[in-house]
Amino acid sequence: MWGVKFEVTVEISRREGILDPEGTEIERVVPALGYTNVTGVRMGRTMRLVVDAVDEAAASDQVDEMCRRLLANPVIEDYRISLSALETA
Amino acid sequence: MTARIGVVLFPGTNCEHDIVHAVTRMGAEAEILFHDRHDLGGADAVVIPGGFAHGDYLRTGAIARFSPIMDAVRRHAAAGGPVVGICNGFQVLCEAGMLPGALQKNAGLRFVCAPVRLRVETTASVLTSAAEPGQVLRIPVNHFEGNYVCDPATLERLRADGRVVLRYLDNPNGSLDDIAGICDEGRNVVGLMPHPERASESILGSTDGVVLLRSLLDAAGAAGAVNATVPASGSASGSMPVVAGSR
Repeated sequence: MWGVKFEVTVEISRREGILDPEGTEIERVVPALGYTNVTGVRMGRTMRLVVDAVDEAAASDQVDEMCRRLLANPVIEDYRISLSALETA
Repeated sequence: MTARIGVVLFPGTNCEHDIVHAVTRMGAEAEILFHDRHDLGGADAVVIPGGFAHGDYLRTGAIARFSPIMDAVRRHAAAGGPVVGICNGFQVLCEAGMLPGALQKNAGLRFVCAPVRLRVETTASVLTSAAEPGQVLRIPVNHFEGNYVCDPATLERLRADGRVVLRYLDNPNGSLDDIAGICDEGRNVVGLMPHPERASESILGSTDGVVLLRSLLDAAGAAGAVNATVPASGSASGSMPVVAGSR
């Protein structure tokens, strides 16, 4: 529609200070496999979407708004957006 | 006046009949309201029951807030009407922004299905008005994501305003400040993780949930009395079908 399609990746993770029971549990069990040097395990979600927009800034702004309104819950989650152009008109 | 309870049914909700059974047994009328409706069918009070609304996809309760009926629930709450969210219903109310905070996975990744002891922290809410302050209730919980969290400023405000309605005596899920239930600023919107409807007759092992449901029915009756005096209540004038009889 706008001419540029962007492949967007949204990484959603728990905010600092919010309990991450899944990450904690994974970190607790990996030493059983012999990996005793692993810390800082954090569990999150990744979403991929394609956004048709006039430019990268417009695509990024829109996804940021979508994150705040739906994709992430700002009470407990942070998000990071990365995008790259799929094709040009 | 008979209290009329609207029980919201999203795809994936599974505790709606439990609520209908419990409140009709106590003399109220109840109607199940499918989520695609734009009205509450004249209900005096709304219960958002437990289950897995919209499959709990994305996050628990995250999609439910887009269901058409939620606009009607919001209007009802804004007008002071009683709204209670139980378990998944609590999660829905938080995601909808009608209650502050969020519910995350239980500490220790433990699914909890057990009776828990709760203390009534305030009787100034539509769910606790008939209880005694400090009363201890034994009511089951049944959830994986009941670990209440909010930012420090929100917690401070909840405590200062006395909006923590119920606390766990033996915190089963890691909830911040042992919070089991909270209310909004108007005290007419309450969310809680425990299931009062599952402690509403002796065959279920406890009747401690009755005082909470009684409070809700009282609030609904009061709301209904107000509605009845306002001619412009629209569709509220129609009689409400009872979907389950008293047993």
